[in-house]
Amino acid sequence: MTDAPENQDRRGFLTCMSWAGAAAVWSISGGIPTSRLIGSAEAAETKGFSFAQVSDSHLGFDKPVNTNVTGTFEEALKKVTSQADKPAFIIHTGDITHLSKPKEFDDGSQLLKATGLQVYTVPGEHDVLEEDRKSYLNRYGKGTKGDGWYSFNAHGVHFVGLVNVIDLQGAGLGTLGKPQLEWLEKDVAGLTASTPIVVFAHVPLWIAYQDWGWGTADGAQALTYLKKFGSVTVLNGHIHQVMQKVEGHVAFHSARSTAFPQGVPGVAKGPGPMPVPAGELKNFLGIRKVTLVTNNTPLAIVDTSLAG
Amino acid sequence: MFVSGKPGLWVRHGLLCLALAVSAAGARAEDGKAAVHIDNFAFVPMELKIKRGTEVTWTNNDDIPHTVLAVGTNIRSKTMDTEGTFIYKFDKAGTFNYICALHPHMKAKVVVTE
Repeated sequence: MTDAPENQDRRGFLTCMSWAGAAAVWSISGGIPTSRLIGSAEAAETKGFSFAQVSDSHLGFDKPVNTNVTGTFEEALKKVTSQADKPAFIIHTGDITHLSKPKEFDDGSQLLKATGLQVYTVPGEHDVLEEDRKSYLNRYGKGTKGDGWYSFNAHGVHFVGLVNVIDLQGAGLGTLGKPQLEWLEKDVAGLTASTPIVVFAHVPLWIAYQDWGWGTADGAQALTYLKKFGSVTVLNGHIHQVMQKVEGHVAFHSARSTAFPQGVPGVAKGPGPMPVPAGELKNFLGIRKVTLVTNNTPLAIVDTSLAG
Repeated sequence: MFVSGKPGLWVRHGLLCLALAVSAAGARAEDGKAAVHIDNFAFVPMELKIKRGTEVTWTNNDDIPHTVLAVGTNIRSKTMDTEGTFIYKFDKAGTFNYICALHPHMKAKVVVTE
């Protein structure tokens, strides 16, 4: 999507959004993104500090749409580590596992560890199916607050990992909750407005599609704390397809799954796994690479399908 | 289950489930049992009418796990994977609104009469 007029309504955005496709590069300048489809060779030319995003590996899922989610996750991670300019670390935006089972978590930890890269995670709703959420928190909760939220700095960028999959009720959307919102407000209060911010969470922080619960009820509240910053990038998973939009200086991006695609709003009857023609699955799965280009546009985002 | 891509089949399947549920509900006077199915991220039927003392079985027909949760009650299932079930016996009259805790846009209710 290029040159989106500022007065474009939401319907207009929905129409021109890219739901799925081949690799796309995202350069964000002054809050306005431009995108184009690219080949992987061109993507590799982007230099600078970069990190990779993987999402929704759903280890343990074994239904016909993808009977080898371990294999496709491994393939996605190989795509990450084989980049010419290796990403500094990996962010997994949740649903590491399908059913929060210890074996699923163990498989995930093993595959992530094998990359040799630092890994940052936030849980998806599939990772916290147990009452006490221990399987997730024992592995990834160290040094985090509450249900697993935290922040860190890397290369001048402030990263914030948020948890919006606990106690999903009422409104039908993800929630952050008051303690986390209060923490976020304090966490970013001392930062200068020129600090690039990257927020990552499982469910989209914006209302991507309310009928299917694809949004966060109090996401707008979180964004008010980020108003002063000139560059805010929000990364999500959950919906298993590429979707993006820009509001002022905030750019929202949802990533593909490494396991299976989900239905497209307005087309599919429901948000479940979407069957795709034999041999085309990898066109719908993928990874994302985000690069900070010094003295240039703040962030460049490249989505690469597993087939690409 | 790939019925989501085939509206005709989905509708037929939905109606079939509805018919099964209705017949199960209708048969409760004799056997005190009723059924709710989860199809394509929806509880079918969305409103189940039963007599007090009826045992309701939920069955998940989706490829994605679901739960049954009536906030403020003890009606709370564990995560039901594909073909997983949850059984609850309604000993009190009233209207019980419930959701799937994983996909809270999935809303339904059980109406229990004396």
